Amino acid sequence: MYEFAYHKPASVADAVKLLAADGEAKAVAGGQTLIPTLKQRLARPTALVDLSAVRDLVGITVGGGKVTIGAMTKHVDVASSADVKKALPALAALADGIGDPQVRNRGTIGGSIANNDPAADYPSACLALGATIKTNTREIAADEFFKGMFETALKPGELIVSVSFPVAEKAAYMKFAQPASRYALVGVFVAKGPAGARVAVTGAGPSVFRWKEAEAALGKSWGVAAVENLKASASGLNSDIHAGADYRAHLIGVMTKRAVAAAG
Amino acid sequence: MAVDGIGAAVKRKEDFRFLTGRGNYTDDLARPGQAHAYVVRSQAAHATLGKIGTAKALKAPGVVAVFTGADLAADNIGGLPCGWGIKNKDGSAMHEPAHPVLAVGKVRHVGDPIAVVIAETLAQAKDAAELLDIDMKELPAVANMREALKPGAPVVHDGGSGNVCFDWHLGDADAVAAAFKKAHKVAKIDLVNNRLVANAMEPRAAVGEFDRATGEYTLYTTSQNPHVIRLLMGAFVLHIPESRLRVFAPDVGGGFGSKIYHYAEEAIVTWASAKVGRPVKWTAERSESFLSDAHGRDHVTHAELALDKDGKFLALKVDTLSNMGAYLSTFAPAIPTYLYATLLAGVYTTPAIYAEVKAIFTNTVPVDAYRGAGRPEAAFLLERLVDIAAAEMGMDRVEIRRRNFIPSNAFPYQTPVALQYDSGDYNATLEGALKLADYKGFEARRADAKKRGKLRGIGISTYVEACGIAPSNIAGALGARAGLYECANVRVHPTGSITLFTGCHSHGQGHETTYAQLIAERLGVGLDQIEVSHGDTNKIPFGMGTYGSRSLAVGGTAVVKALDKIVDKAKKIAAHLMEAAEADIEFKDGKFTVAGTDKAKTFGEIALTAYVPHNFPLDKLEPGLDETAFYDPKNFTFPGGAHICEVEIDPETGVTKVVNFTAVDDVGRVINPMIVEGQVHGGVAQGIGQALYENCVYDDNGQLRSGSYMDYQMPRADDLPSFKVATAITLCTHNPLGVKGVGEVGAIGSPPAVINAVVDALKDHGVRHIDMPASPQKIWGIINGNRRMAAE
Repeated sequence: MYEFAYHKPASVADAVKLLAADGEAKAVAGGQTLIPTLKQRLARPTALVDLSAVRDLVGITVGGGKVTIGAMTKHVDVASSADVKKALPALAALADGIGDPQVRNRGTIGGSIANNDPAADYPSACLALGATIKTNTREIAADEFFKGMFETALKPGELIVSVSFPVAEKAAYMKFAQPASRYALVGVFVAKGPAGARVAVTGAGPSVFRWKEAEAALGKSWGVAAVENLKASASGLNSDIHAGADYRAHLIGVMTKRAVAAAG
Repeated sequence: MAVDGIGAAVKRKEDFRFLTGRGNYTDDLARPGQAHAYVVRSQAAHATLGKIGTAKALKAPGVVAVFTGADLAADNIGGLPCGWGIKNKDGSAMHEPAHPVLAVGKVRHVGDPIAVVIAETLAQAKDAAELLDIDMKELPAVANMREALKPGAPVVHDGGSGNVCFDWHLGDADAVAAAFKKAHKVAKIDLVNNRLVANAMEPRAAVGEFDRATGEYTLYTTSQNPHVIRLLMGAFVLHIPESRLRVFAPDVGGGFGSKIYHYAEEAIVTWASAKVGRPVKWTAERSESFLSDAHGRDHVTHAELALDKDGKFLALKVDTLSNMGAYLSTFAPAIPTYLYATLLAGVYTTPAIYAEVKAIFTNTVPVDAYRGAGRPEAAFLLERLVDIAAAEMGMDRVEIRRRNFIPSNAFPYQTPVALQYDSGDYNATLEGALKLADYKGFEARRADAKKRGKLRGIGISTYVEACGIAPSNIAGALGARAGLYECANVRVHPTGSITLFTGCHSHGQGHETTYAQLIAERLGVGLDQIEVSHGDTNKIPFGMGTYGSRSLAVGGTAVVKALDKIVDKAKKIAAHLMEAAEADIEFKDGKFTVAGTDKAKTFGEIALTAYVPHNFPLDKLEPGLDETAFYDPKNFTFPGGAHICEVEIDPETGVTKVVNFTAVDDVGRVINPMIVEGQVHGGVAQGIGQALYENCVYDDNGQLRSGSYMDYQMPRADDLPSFKVATAITLCTHNPLGVKGVGEVGAIGSPPAVINAVVDALKDHGVRHIDMPASPQKIWGIINGNRRMAAE
């Protein structure tokens, strides 16, 4: 990696100040994407603003029909939280299936969402559950947050503080892992919650998206039968050595069906 | 018998240091004053290489030196030599282009080394590397062999016949043609044997060091055969006499063939250490391993098997294209020829065989031996073809094999493709495997899987392979440019402890335990009194290293021969001490006795006498007890066996899960059953990896698309079931231990068993063959109407 300055602020305000002062500085949360990128010399930030000492960004609260998770909360802590398991078991299960134990012990929900990797798991939960992403300046609905491949609504220097998930009546996440990396080749999060039936798909396209046809079908009548014969369109989906767009489209159908079955 | 001798499943002596992080690997070395080398590699698959401007890089912080091909040429440094020459059908020599240590004039694959930057730290070397001014012009590239053979294809090396390295054949074409005319049926197959990356856990590394006081060079390196590296690098590349060149490969963390070869980085750090006057270290990063370690396999084959009306094999003809990559790696030409075509009889009595092999240059990483080396390619071809033949004939897959097996009373058996198998019992391993796998109960398991919505299949593979490539004189006649013997030096110390110096080199095989067991058995000495030393050319008289499952059959026999000399001399000393005739001395369980008396001397007493020769027949015998033997085998050894795989396929996703795997192998006499089982486990895991997961993919421009673990799928523990492993042995007839070899059997026998099982699971979908790896996408495509059968 190239040389960079290193800062470790203790508050959101200090972190924001450091980022505002240097347009080429980058915030680092768990570092699960950024550090490998630096090691491969694919990025050259002037400074890293390490958020790991900002205590306010860590923690899980459940109440008022919501699960709220601090941006710097690690996957392992979401996966093993008794409160999350009780209120939103699908979210705990999703966190438990991210990467491997090493990744889960470093990676954070804020980092995952801010990075918006097309194959990341958390964005699908945000979209399907209708989460709200709270930053240092505002609140952003998940539907407005994920803009495209590695693109979000975050402005330069804006930091995610927490993510609030409305508790759903039914929810489940099913992932077909890319065989080599075990990222989501196709991941589908289904939910029946306050915002109705929602189906969010990750891994398959350039960015997480909602499968509206499946939502409509499930909205009419929740159950496997509703999506059994539904076919997702391959148009615009990713294609690589592991899966062409048509295979991905097929897997969206299979994973949706399985997720609905798992959600009950 | 000593407690921990032959047949004892003792825990591995070396594992304490490995499992507690106390191993000593090349990258662990920190030589005083060492500088760090970064190798600048081509990002283009094919390009002209003009001037390399180094001025800016040389001024960068911490930079010690920058070298290019021009600097090597100025010092008259040679190219990397190829260790095996193949003759074309017409008797002419293969096309053997130069393989420069650092590219000169052209680069020929992504990863081809262009320059080396040496700096105080690796980060400084990398920073400076970006300041090099490299004049390159990209040329059209070719990665696919069929494309490389087309007229007008980009030519990788001038001066030959297009991209053909050699056009070779073996067998009797006329006899095969005649047999095909009489055939009742002909089974045909077109297949690809997928390209693989070895992926040893320890990446390659090298440290060069030059001692100005003595003029001695030392190369510390991750090698499977340090003496061969010393020979090749000293004689052909750097022109340093062996007496002033020490090559030391300390602990080596896996190789699978990829660490046999002499690599550019070894020559670079050794040469550069004298140029810069300090040790120079290089360690591959994982992505660099993908671009610079020799790859494996990569065949495209058409084959046909002629059968009579009873399902007996009449003749086999095989036409193979074998990818050499951009340069000839050390033993590359031997793999698709003498380690492949010679195995095409397999375990069967096929009387006529003819194989043609064209080796092709492409703009890809060089390809060489990878665990199994040629034999897995032969076994995969045969065992797929036999299943197709059974389908064509409407015969049972087990029955067609039994009907064509070389019978156990036919050994020694001369095949029509040069080899003479010394021993084997293919029915015994097959019957053992069928029983262990509960083959009879399979249809019930298939029906149960169907109820769960899964497609279950079973596949069988019955294979033979050849280990311990030898003898040297025949190998030499076939093109080998090195010997294939092994050396052992057994040094008994004055108090009776023993050091074995072996020319083989463990990179995970457990030699320190297995060899110690041989010595314990023979001399009646405890394992804690025996140390095994390997890897250092300054300690070991000579050696050819470890590959081709040779360490026991060849290296172990050298140990036995050295032990023969030790016991012989010790008996003479014992006879003198006990005032008896030498012929009356018996040696058992570490004690020398005089037949018919109660006189006895321990092995320790004899050792002490040899080194403190106060009462010693100095007029007839030299003091000391230190013997060396070189052993050159009479023949290969021929392990064989039967592997049975059961898979379940999820028809909705195309995912294949191996649910049962059974291996019954004939590896000859077993010294340590636990180590043997472990070798089979590792080999089977790699074989399943090749069959279902691993795939090295280049795009049409020669860019590697599977250049990291993000895209190259390794088998993982949760992919694999608990294997059922057993042995059913026959002894090798031409070595004293009766041993054959076990290092590669798992990787040879398993891939066809897996694919045969996948094809069986999909039999209702009209599938005859699936190329490896049988990925979920491929299988989903087949289930959905063969649309993507050949596609990635």
